[in-house]
Amino acid sequence: MSHELTWLLIAVPAVSAAILLLGGKATNAWGHLLGTLAPLISFAFGVVLFFQMRGRAVGERSETVQLFEWFSVGHITVDFTLLIDPLSILFVLLITGVGSLIHIYSIGYMEHDERRRRFFGYLNLFIAAMLLLVLAADYLLLFVGWEGVGLASYLLIGFWQYKTSAAVAAKKAFVVNRVGDIGLSLAVMSMWALFGSSAFATVNAGAEHLSKTWATLLGLMLLLAACGKSAQVPLQSWLLDAMEGPTPVSALIHAATMVTAGVYLVVRSHAIFEQSDAASTAVVIVGAVTALAGAIIGCAKDDIKKALAGSTMSQIGYMMLAAGLGPVGYVFAIFHLLTHGFFKANMFLGAGSVMHGMNDDVNMRHYGGLRTAMKITFVTFGFGYLAILGVPPFAGFFSKDKIIEAAFGHNVVIGLCALLGAGITAFYMTRVMMMTFFGQKRWDDDVHPHESPKVMTWPLIILAALSLAGGTLYFAGHWIVGWLGPIVGREEEHTPLSATVMTVITLAVVAAGIAIAVLMYRRDIPREAPAGSPITTFARRDLYGDALNEALFMRPGQYLTRTLVWFDNRGIDGLVNGLAALFGGLSGRLRRVQTGFVRSYALSMVFGAAFVVVALLAVRLS
Amino acid sequence: MSALLLPLADFTAPKIEYNELAPLLVVFGAACVGVLVEAFLPRPLRHLVQLAITVVAVVVSGVLTGILMNDNKELIAAQGAISVDGPALFTWLILLALTLISVLLFAERSIDGGLSAFAGQAAAVPGSEAEREGTAARIEHTEIFPLTLFAVGGMMLFAASNDLLVLFVALEVFSLPLYLLCGLARRRRLISQEAAMKYFLLGAFSSAFLLFGIALLYGYAGTMSLGGISDSLSTQTGGDTILLAGTGLLGVGLLFKVGAVPFHSWTPDVYQGAPTPVTGFMAACTKIAAFVGLMRVFYVALGGTRWDWAPMMWIVAILTMVVGSIVAITQTDVKRMLAYSSIAHAGFLLTAFVGLAQVGSGVHNGITSTQAVLFYLVAYGFPTIGAFAVVTLVRDAGGEATHLSRWAGLGKKSPLLAGIFAFFLLSFAGIPLTAGFTGKWAVFSAAWTGGAWPLVVVAVLSSLVAAFFYVRVIVLMFFSDLPADAPDVALPGWQTTSAVALGLAATVVLGLVPGPVLDLAARAGEFIR
Repeated sequence: MSHELTWLLIAVPAVSAAILLLGGKATNAWGHLLGTLAPLISFAFGVVLFFQMRGRAVGERSETVQLFEWFSVGHITVDFTLLIDPLSILFVLLITGVGSLIHIYSIGYMEHDERRRRFFGYLNLFIAAMLLLVLAADYLLLFVGWEGVGLASYLLIGFWQYKTSAAVAAKKAFVVNRVGDIGLSLAVMSMWALFGSSAFATVNAGAEHLSKTWATLLGLMLLLAACGKSAQVPLQSWLLDAMEGPTPVSALIHAATMVTAGVYLVVRSHAIFEQSDAASTAVVIVGAVTALAGAIIGCAKDDIKKALAGSTMSQIGYMMLAAGLGPVGYVFAIFHLLTHGFFKANMFLGAGSVMHGMNDDVNMRHYGGLRTAMKITFVTFGFGYLAILGVPPFAGFFSKDKIIEAAFGHNVVIGLCALLGAGITAFYMTRVMMMTFFGQKRWDDDVHPHESPKVMTWPLIILAALSLAGGTLYFAGHWIVGWLGPIVGREEEHTPLSATVMTVITLAVVAAGIAIAVLMYRRDIPREAPAGSPITTFARRDLYGDALNEALFMRPGQYLTRTLVWFDNRGIDGLVNGLAALFGGLSGRLRRVQTGFVRSYALSMVFGAAFVVVALLAVRLS
Repeated sequence: MSALLLPLADFTAPKIEYNELAPLLVVFGAACVGVLVEAFLPRPLRHLVQLAITVVAVVVSGVLTGILMNDNKELIAAQGAISVDGPALFTWLILLALTLISVLLFAERSIDGGLSAFAGQAAAVPGSEAEREGTAARIEHTEIFPLTLFAVGGMMLFAASNDLLVLFVALEVFSLPLYLLCGLARRRRLISQEAAMKYFLLGAFSSAFLLFGIALLYGYAGTMSLGGISDSLSTQTGGDTILLAGTGLLGVGLLFKVGAVPFHSWTPDVYQGAPTPVTGFMAACTKIAAFVGLMRVFYVALGGTRWDWAPMMWIVAILTMVVGSIVAITQTDVKRMLAYSSIAHAGFLLTAFVGLAQVGSGVHNGITSTQAVLFYLVAYGFPTIGAFAVVTLVRDAGGEATHLSRWAGLGKKSPLLAGIFAFFLLSFAGIPLTAGFTGKWAVFSAAWTGGAWPLVVVAVLSSLVAAFFYVRVIVLMFFSDLPADAPDVALPGWQTTSAVALGLAATVVLGLVPGPVLDLAARAGEFIR
């Protein structure tokens, strides 16, 4: 059986990465081709595995492949075992499929970068690590992949290291991710203490005998890990900065795959979360808060990539929310993850295509009217736009609608949050569309927007098609439910209103969001703007916009945005910087103790000795 | 006549297990031969001969240790003075392996214009005419090789001593050569001599504590042997104050060698001043010997009072991790930063030590403290020597450029060297697929199963802080511009090249397939008494 060769999925990109990174200049000429071939091979093999799996009966689809024993101490054994089941194969197809398209796109996008070979090496490294993450059958092995994707992400965010902002962003991503990693480390150690193993099978089997407290603690540790990797509140701050990386990286790592690893972790650990209402409620709240916060941040950004990054946060918030709902939501968390992978990668690559034609300018205030200059980019971006809004029959409609329904079934407040999020999403995405593709042109005279080369537009076209057709996975006989249900569990959601009514309400809210944005940004293309400073004019229009819009939506929205942005800058960053300053100050203070005089060292030893003896006696006497 | 003969008739020759002690005897014997070589061989031959003797002795001793391990022999040799048990043999093996790498670094003569890192004539005043003449004549102290052998022999004996008096003698045997080696730097000799002086004074001071502690314990138990002290804990009543004071003072002496806070103050100064190859040797080997000695004394002799000393050790462990990680942040010198990093690592090791996960204490699955510490020492030793070896290669006109600002943009100048150093740093930070990751898992899970979970939380948080300053150096090397007056990267000879390569290979292998070494550590089992 070829599933025994599952390791090849990981090995092919890993070997390619090694060749590209160690091969030096000799591989410059063909490095990008090898780098693109590797994920394609993995994808082809993934398709073969997928169809083989489909051919098997429902109960026999999960296979574990033990490669070797990693280490064994006493009764704890950690095997290098891969698990290939309906859940992981979907991830394999997403990672290698979308990954391959992004590799192809990067051939064009990075054409003029002299370090292109290295870029492809890092991308391959990422693919290998991400595949290890989703194929691992043991939390510790998953952790290795988890750190691997973190490393690749770090290297790629800082790829343009000559930009200080890129280096700083890379460091920030690394440090914030370490905070999340604490959660995963502690979780794995607790699993060893509780179950004597960190293999999925053992943990899942042992979960039902867990005490409530331990189930909650484990759940919260895993949630912390998920928050770090998936940029959920309160660990979201790194994702916006991560947009300093090249755009294909933002599409692949910071939209379609890596940042969704947190959702994967929660769904994979469903056995634990099902034992603790507190932990799964925490997941729901984190998801709902992030869904709203991300959407609001998306409204405030003029940088097209940052607007999309806010949107990514928000959409992952939806997935987290769904994953926290329990068996009602697991399938749709993963389904939305897949469709989001298609349409968000599509839009990021579209943004990259726009930047490519606009001399790498990311400020949407400098765009405008690009729909005629870049027809393919416009149409494909439009497909992504309709998909994220949830307009039928695009993919996002099926996945997001189901999440909103399930949220209402869980709790009305959560449901309203999800519904409101959908409205805001419609607003900011329309804003992006309007500012980029519609209205008057606002770019400088020396910018000549042009359509990107075919190697970049074809991936866009394919992803656009997937953004449209992704919904088939659901409406073709609820295929995805039958596929994933046996693995993660499935219950029918119970909504207070009928599904049709819910859909109509959702669509109405989305339409309202679109309408408000169109009204606001239709008039905001002032004639005089291109000559003077478009930024100030635009900002002023933003402030003194239509009174109705302000009263209904914009004023509270902006206020909230400002607060959030302020909070983002002062609150979270302040906390992070404050901590760094605290440690720095403490460090400087402590360092002064190191005087260099032997006599003071000796004195400190005397005090230390006195302390040791007193501590010993105190323990005995107490 | 008969009055003189009578005592002789009562005298029975002590029984010495020469076979089991052979690894020790080979090292000490070779050291003595080295001294004779200094006396009788003409100068031009000495370097080569000394190097050959040292390498052969270390390798032979290692092979003998391997044979003993394979035979699974465990016994208390030399009339109860030395215990040749699993942990002792394992420690001998790592000490010898790391010594071999260090000796290669000591022998490097091609990176500083054909001169070694050691002073030609330690007695010549730095900068004087005598020194210049000595340098021109290529005079060098080949005594460093026998000194190293004596130090290693002392460390091996220290890790295996089953008697407090032997422990003390071994401590002095390995410390005295180190004091000398510290003061022998060719460049920046004054700092080097200052470091040696400080190390000596503070070392003597801590020895006094140790000796006083031994005296008090003898007063309590009436015996010096570890097993005897352990027995007296259960039989003796009263005299607890002497016991506890003795425990404390003995602990001070041992924690000083380990480099635990608040007895760490010598570490940064000495690490910075000593010739870098010696720093690497000390950082790796002294820590190993001291840790195994510490564990042996506290587990074997004082295991019965563990509830008395564990809280004190908890506090020391927390202080060590926190102070080591935090103070490292503001260091501006690579060697001092690595010194504080080694202090933090001592703290991580102490978590497993006080976690007290032992076979006897209800640990039925997982890793015991002894095994975890032994594995961590391996996982820490190799990258440490490797990192210091890299430090020897970044040089400018004044010798090694150890100020961190001089390392800016090193990744652009020499991606390979900077990459290797970054890898060592990642291993110190405990990133997966490096030795440091596996080591951290081992000690943390030992501490966790031993019930010391608050320590593990502190340890994880400290390693987060520590990751910050390791990453800072990586960022500095790769994401900063190369200044115009950047230091050169010296072209290493085969000695340094192989030392770095061995350190790197061990770090990679221990991260990817730690199984065999973990097995070996597990097979080493527990201390015998």
